[in-house]
Parts: sequence; C-alpha cells; structure tokens
Amino acid sequence: MQLARVIGTVVATVKNDSLKGRKLLVVQSLNKDLAPQGKPMVAVDAAGAGVGELVFWCRGREASFPFKREDTPTDCTIVAIVDSDKHVNSQ
Amino acid sequence: MIIARILGTVVSTQKDERLLGKKLLIVRPINVDGTDTSGYVVAVDTVGAGFHERVLVVAGSSARLAQGMKDTPVDAAIVGVIDTVDVTQ
Repeated sequence: MQLARVIGTVVATVKNDSLKGRKLLVVQSLNKDLAPQGKPMVAVDAAGAGVGELVFWCRGREASFPFKREDTPTDCTIVAIVDSDKHVNSQ
Repeated sequence: MIIARILGTVVSTQKDERLLGKKLLIVRPINVDGTDTSGYVVAVDTVGAGFHERVLVVAGSSARLAQGMKDTPVDAAIVGVIDTVDVTQ
C-alpha cells in the first residue's frame, strides 16, 4: 500500500457496469516525507475520501477486494484515510 | 487505473479464441492535465470507446475482472470513458 494525497476527481458516465456508483478520485503518491512521488493515478474510493485528504491505496488484484471482488475491475483503490498529516511519523 | 487517450485500432485475425469479438485499441497514457506521455498500450475495449477519447485503463490481472473479460488472456482493459478530470492541487 502507498500513501497518497487525493488531488482531484474524475467523472466517467460511460463505464463498466461493475463500476457504476463508485467514486473515482485522482491520487498523487507521496514518499515518507509527504513529497509527491511518481505520476498521479485514478483510484476507486472504498473509504469515503475527499479532495485534499491523505489516504493510502492498494494496487493490483487486491484493489478489488473491498468490493465484489470477482466483478470489480480496479487496480488502484483507496482503502483508508489517514487521520492527519501529523499522524505520519517516518523516523 | 490510468488515464489514456485512444490513438488507434489493432486488427488481429489469428488470436486466442477467448479474444474473438473483442475490440483492441492502441492507447497512450496521458497526464491528468491532458498532455501526452510516451509509449502506448494495446487494451481491450469493454465500454465502446471511440477514437481520440480519454478513457480509464485498468492494468494487470484486474483487467480480467471487467465485464465479459472473465478468463481471457488480457492485462489491459478500457473500463470507462472520461467526461471530466478535475484536479485542484
């Protein structure tokens, strides 16, 4: 799993039926010092996150596990919201 | 998932039988601001996307979880057509 900041939203009306009703957010991965690292990705939200929040997301097949796991095509899912930036202690 | 733009189509007659009837498209990953990156991916279309549209592409084994893709030899699938991307930061 990786830390990331939610930086935006994506709207897609035409989509795979199994993604209907799911919130799509743009996440920017962060390193342990909370500096941006790598390119932004589009993630499905499983935690109720909003823009500006610090979250962590999981990649790969496991990303579909919060949903109907055999039917949800996602490789990037927000699985938790970090309480605040101060709660990340990297020492 | 990544955001990509459809660049073209691929026609393949001799292919795995589980890919029969599937539309294959060439897509290029793009940045959230719409600018192009380099490289391309061949992805299977599951939503009926068209040329030059911005789409959502799922990669890896999750691509098989898209509707109609069960047990197909696919590692990139188009699962949505993007209307808007709103990035605030």
